[in-house]
Amino acid sequence: MFVINCPYCGERDQTEFSCHGEAHIARPDNPAEVSDEEWGEYLFFRNNPKGIHFERWTHDHGCRRWFNVMRDTVSDKIIKTYKMGDQKPGVTDV
Amino acid sequence: MSNQNRTMYGGRIDRGKVINFVFNGKKYKGFHGDTLASALLANDVHLVGRSFKYHRARGILTAGSEEPNAIVQLGLGARTEPNMRATEIELYEGLEAASQNCWPSVNYDIGSLNNVLSSIFPAGFYYKTFKWPPSLWLFYEHFIRKAAGLGHSPTAKNPDRYEQKFYYCDLTIVGGGISGLLSALAAGRSGCSVLLIDENPELGGYLLDYNFSINEKDGIKYIKNIVDELYSMDNVRILKRTTAMGYYDYNYLTALEKVTNHCDQLSKTLPRERYWRVRSKKIVLAQGAFERPLVFADNDRPGIMMASAGKKYLSRYGVLPGKSVVLFTNNDHAYQTAFEFNDKGAKLSVVDTRDNIDSRIQKKCEDLGIKLYSSSSIISTNGNKKVNQIEVQKVDRKQNELSGECITLDTDCILMSGGWNPAVQLFSQSRGKLRYDNVLNTFVPDKLIQDQIIIGCNNGCFDLSKNLNHSYQEGLNAAKDLNYEIADSINWTGEEEISFTESSVEPYMLGKKKVTKGSKHFIDFQNDVTAADIFLAQREGYISVEHTKRYTTTGMGTDQGKTSNVNALALMSHIHDKPVDEIGHTTFRPPFSPQTFGAIAGRSVDHLFDPERRTSIHKWHEENNAVFEDVGQWKRPYYFPKKKENIHDAVKRECLAVRNSLGMLDASTLGKIDLRGPDTTKFLDMIYTNAWSKLEIGSCRYGLMCNEHGMIFDDGVTTRLGEDHYHMTTTTGGAARVMSWLEEFLQTEWLDMEVFCTSVTEQWTVLSISGPNSRKFLQELTDIDLSKENFPFMKFREGKVCDIDSRVFRISFTGELSFEVNVPSRYGRFVWEQFMQHGKKYNITPYGTETMHVLRAEKGFIIVGQDTDGSVTPMDMNMDWIVSKKKQDFLGKRSFTRPDTMRSDRKKFVGLLVNDKKTVLPEGSHIVEKALKQPPMKMLGHVTSSYYSPILGHPIALAMVKNGSNHLGEKVEIPLMNGKVIEATIADTVFYDKEGNKNNE
Repeated sequence: MFVINCPYCGERDQTEFSCHGEAHIARPDNPAEVSDEEWGEYLFFRNNPKGIHFERWTHDHGCRRWFNVMRDTVSDKIIKTYKMGDQKPGVTDV
Repeated sequence: MSNQNRTMYGGRIDRGKVINFVFNGKKYKGFHGDTLASALLANDVHLVGRSFKYHRARGILTAGSEEPNAIVQLGLGARTEPNMRATEIELYEGLEAASQNCWPSVNYDIGSLNNVLSSIFPAGFYYKTFKWPPSLWLFYEHFIRKAAGLGHSPTAKNPDRYEQKFYYCDLTIVGGGISGLLSALAAGRSGCSVLLIDENPELGGYLLDYNFSINEKDGIKYIKNIVDELYSMDNVRILKRTTAMGYYDYNYLTALEKVTNHCDQLSKTLPRERYWRVRSKKIVLAQGAFERPLVFADNDRPGIMMASAGKKYLSRYGVLPGKSVVLFTNNDHAYQTAFEFNDKGAKLSVVDTRDNIDSRIQKKCEDLGIKLYSSSSIISTNGNKKVNQIEVQKVDRKQNELSGECITLDTDCILMSGGWNPAVQLFSQSRGKLRYDNVLNTFVPDKLIQDQIIIGCNNGCFDLSKNLNHSYQEGLNAAKDLNYEIADSINWTGEEEISFTESSVEPYMLGKKKVTKGSKHFIDFQNDVTAADIFLAQREGYISVEHTKRYTTTGMGTDQGKTSNVNALALMSHIHDKPVDEIGHTTFRPPFSPQTFGAIAGRSVDHLFDPERRTSIHKWHEENNAVFEDVGQWKRPYYFPKKKENIHDAVKRECLAVRNSLGMLDASTLGKIDLRGPDTTKFLDMIYTNAWSKLEIGSCRYGLMCNEHGMIFDDGVTTRLGEDHYHMTTTTGGAARVMSWLEEFLQTEWLDMEVFCTSVTEQWTVLSISGPNSRKFLQELTDIDLSKENFPFMKFREGKVCDIDSRVFRISFTGELSFEVNVPSRYGRFVWEQFMQHGKKYNITPYGTETMHVLRAEKGFIIVGQDTDGSVTPMDMNMDWIVSKKKQDFLGKRSFTRPDTMRSDRKKFVGLLVNDKKTVLPEGSHIVEKALKQPPMKMLGHVTSSYYSPILGHPIALAMVKNGSNHLGEKVEIPLMNGKVIEATIADTVFYDKEGNKNNE
């Protein structure tokens, strides 16, 4: 079970959080103009990497804020947590 | 004679306190400090159980948590517990235990016929024999399970209390042997917060049973001083009788503390067990090692035990398990046991597989008159219920062949030692990597993954001085890492009488020749896996270690192969002539030992299992005979039966009261969200399918929410209270989901929108009054003008109701004239009772959720989650009218033009009327064009809602039917589970008051 560093509250047990899948998937600005294929990409297609993964979490039993987590799916090590809207960290940033 | 195997003096038991206990119905006496196993051995009881598959007589193999054989059914009635290790059960007054897996008794067990028939029960026997034909497996399984059972679970409710505890500290140390104690001492002296966990009732570990010194002083006294000092430190917490069960990511450890298990009286204040969830900055593993059995013919008879176990029974409990004892060993260390047994009056022989035995040991054996057979092996054993004779022969180590004269020895106890296996279970669980050590002939820790330290024998080091220094120093290092000012270093020396040094163990593999027919070389005692089974698995192609494990079941069971794994792997390595490292090992998984469900559940049982939510009127409902139903976590009145009424009578009466005069529903459970902020209107336009910008202040509007797939996800009425202020309602079950949904988009997608959402579900109590008399009735209790002209449908007013400041919404979920009165929750019951009192003249009738469902179905109003299932668009529900064509974008809009959502044969929401006018269709029934005798037949859809309508006098149903809106008036068939086929006609979804006049009166 992880210890997650909530950007707003600090380190807490994983039981206080939930995960909501891959992060940095932007909703198309004008959905009416995208093709069925592009819309399908947004709705259904997700990365499942062995290694660095960016994902969205909420601190449900805490501040209820959403934030992003950069995690290594092999070691389960959380490399970085950062606020929504913050720049996506590159692998070299950490 | 009682306690006939007890020595005259010695041991760490309290001979002044006699304890009475019962085993297999017979009364025995033991002493305070005994385990069940030591007390049984003291009373010369060796046969304690029957083995899992062959029902062979089994005795006590070990003296600790690794015990595979001596597992018993402990206690009676609701407290009975199966598969308890006799070696761990502390004796208490009145203890009752019984053997498992035997019938009619452990002495005369019918199942032992399996042993005679064992040639037909090889590994994989059940798979091969009973899997065909597949349909009969369930039949066979019943009998196989019964024959191969372990203990039985209690059938009554467990009366005990269990607790859970969360704990945070700098350092958790698993294992209270000398290594763990010294690490705790160093870290404790340096100021760390330390948690020390040990599974035994006494700290000190295996050294308590041996002769040794620390810094040239008596070792046992030294340990006592260390323990005393640890207990005096406020920053050190010690948990005895506590087993570390699981080691997870981020140094998260679970442990089971047996708090009162060992007590004869139930505690009023203490729980039976406590489940610890510990998060520590560092974890020190100091769990020591388990002694490894030797594999030889019929090595499982009662009277055969581990050498270290024999030593423990003798030194700690003052029990001499045999008088004519044979030590069978491949290392020096076990000789301590032989000398101690000799000293206490047993006649000793030693069979040693090695030829180059230390000359000092040879000399001592000679001096003590101990007969020593070097380069030899036990090649057979005899004795039905206890070993009584063995055969010994020379073994050529290089050829692995037996030779020379076969010597027969009489014996009543064999002590065996095949070396030591570090207890790497937790280390491996924590993802630590193991390597096979060719000197120790076992797996030892190799690579640490987490922030952890592994010390002592657990680390594969058996040199006492090295371990003392390393353990203390690692305690200091941990403290330093955690920025404590560390205590002084100490130079430690330790000496054991004979140590288990690396040079003195040699691998032993059973001889190739002279395998007596009918004998069994046990690898895994608990699962009755023999060397021959491992051979068979390799021959049949189950070569991967994971396959061998599953095919033979070696390493499974309640002991998880603590004594058997390494021998199984060594044998595989031998068969394939490959290094053990290449064979690998199976994955260790939690828990380390069996643990109770009670402890895992803790206090989350009965009414604490899941939180229960009640409205402010709940007590009134209870007092007025409401039958409740669960809606999410809420308790809602289902219906309010009067005397002798069943559900149908009550619902009929409640429905007609609403349609004819006045009914009242506690609608407080509806989700309510207060939305404020300058962008709220814009936000609602994105969240709902319809448009909100033109909604006037003081007006209400029904809205549908879709997810991005375009599927209906929630609905409700939202009211504009002010320019930037809305009151949103949601379904009862969906309230939390909707709240999270709104927050998700505000926090992750539209960060520039200024909208604040607050859940106010529990702040407002909602009394929904409905029926043709509702206006007349409510006007008598409020200062709000309720006239048709001044308070039209879908409007909102504030004012006093029963002198309480209230919000009143004119909305309707019944189709009747209705008002939803919201009052602050603390006045909920007061206003409800005022309404009941005042409404008598209108025959005001409280109604529950069932009546609410019937009334809304008569009007064709949907219930999200009942009529929809997450795969339904607004268009499927014929709700195109609520989907804005003008709005550029809203959640789900783009998906309405995906090819799948535009299919013409999608299921559509329709009404159904049964042709016989009396059958209430079961909800969920399948609808077909024409019912056939056998599937497949053409499916059209399914029934989503179905009730008897009292006002119409016949059943009504709602359904999803393929392209249903284009088939109004057509006949369909509904085959029921009981074989009957019901005919029905597709109809409009609105059954009552199609013009919608009633709510506008």
